[in-house]
Amino acid sequence: MLKQGTFDLKTGAGLIACPRCDALHVEEELQDGETARCIRCETVLASPRGGAFVRLIALSFTTMVLMMGAIFFPFLEISRMGFGNATSLFGVVLAFADGVLLPLVLLMLVVVAGLPVLRAFLMVYVLVPLAQGRAPYSHAARAFRWSETLRPWSMAEIFIIGTAVALVKVAGLASVHLGPAFWAFCGLILVNVASRSFMCQTTIWDAIEDSGLATDGRELVDPNAQASRT
Amino acid sequence: MSDQPQEHSGPVMTAHHAGLVGCRSCGRVWPQAQPRCDRCGEHLAPPDRRCLQRVWAWWCAGLIMYIPANVFPMMRTQTLAGLHGSSEATIVEGVVELIHYGNYDIAAIVFIASVVVPMAKFIAIAWLALAAGRPATADQAHTRLKIYEVVEFIGRWSMIDVFVVAILSALVQLGFVASIHPGPAAVSFALSVAFTMLSAQSFDPRLIWRGLPLRHNNET
Repeated sequence: MLKQGTFDLKTGAGLIACPRCDALHVEEELQDGETARCIRCETVLASPRGGAFVRLIALSFTTMVLMMGAIFFPFLEISRMGFGNATSLFGVVLAFADGVLLPLVLLMLVVVAGLPVLRAFLMVYVLVPLAQGRAPYSHAARAFRWSETLRPWSMAEIFIIGTAVALVKVAGLASVHLGPAFWAFCGLILVNVASRSFMCQTTIWDAIEDSGLATDGRELVDPNAQASRT
Repeated sequence: MSDQPQEHSGPVMTAHHAGLVGCRSCGRVWPQAQPRCDRCGEHLAPPDRRCLQRVWAWWCAGLIMYIPANVFPMMRTQTLAGLHGSSEATIVEGVVELIHYGNYDIAAIVFIASVVVPMAKFIAIAWLALAAGRPATADQAHTRLKIYEVVEFIGRWSMIDVFVVAILSALVQLGFVASIHPGPAAVSFALSVAFTMLSAQSFDPRLIWRGLPLRHNNET
């Protein structure tokens, strides 16, 4: 356990390094609403926001619910000369169930729907105990790290732009209507943007640590917080 | 809380200079001998040029997959069971077709997402990897970091064309009237985008900030 402002250049205790440029900074616990930036490259190091955990949990549940609709409801409907077809994301997969392109389509289902849901689940798993002030579940640190690693691979918002392009491309071939899943995906994009603005990795790491997991004897202890907790 | 850029005049102490290594996932600083971060479990690596090998390997894989993606057709359209003609279109032909129908804005989106962005990404990653570790002024380093962030952000958006092909070929199955089938280019284009994303992720932005020698033993 360290006091605020003390550090050790031999072991690196009490210091943080900027992930973008490696500059060393002395670790400090920030108040809600403050932002810490790297002195050299101005990367945001930490920006805690009040009530962020509860909001992130709510947004994660929203993601799961919307995704159920987005997978099983049709997102485009077309018709021409009395022939009609409606496609849900699930239907896309079924359409390729016997083709050589099945791996590609399964991969698409994973990046469009699977990873956003998995990330939402991991966030709930990590944050619910923290928001309630209890000790985190086991492997919470690993769950959070995976959730951050998977972030660039969850591509729901790219899929929605793809739908818009597809809509224009078949417009000449047949008449096309947007289905309910399209709007569910649009909602997902908004939820995604909102949760990104509340997300602060450093704060969550500190919270995981403060509540008792993965203690390496290095967490900063704010004397006021300590007094109020005990 | 400082929104105005504070120009730091003196030399900046880096973890590498101090004989320490910083965790790129959670920021915690450890002695150089430490293999893994005790807080988040991330593998710790000092910023040296060895990571560039992985960048180049993924880069080459991405470039190789990008060639069939442009040569082979992206999708095959059949109208009236082939009586009305069936057409195959590569990426560029698809864009030309969209322009032909007068959809200039959508043509621009597809052209930017599947031609301009991949090409620009190959060039940008190669340039960053070549320039990494060379001494640079602070301004140059800021520019390089900006470029890296843009490459990292924009890489995923090239997937649009793959999604379009998948959606169309599932949707347009009107039996006799019209049907669309995906072509081999869809797979290789998806792989090319994934490989370049991995290439960008393997690049260590800490290399931008100072010239590091190949073997960091020489440095003391």
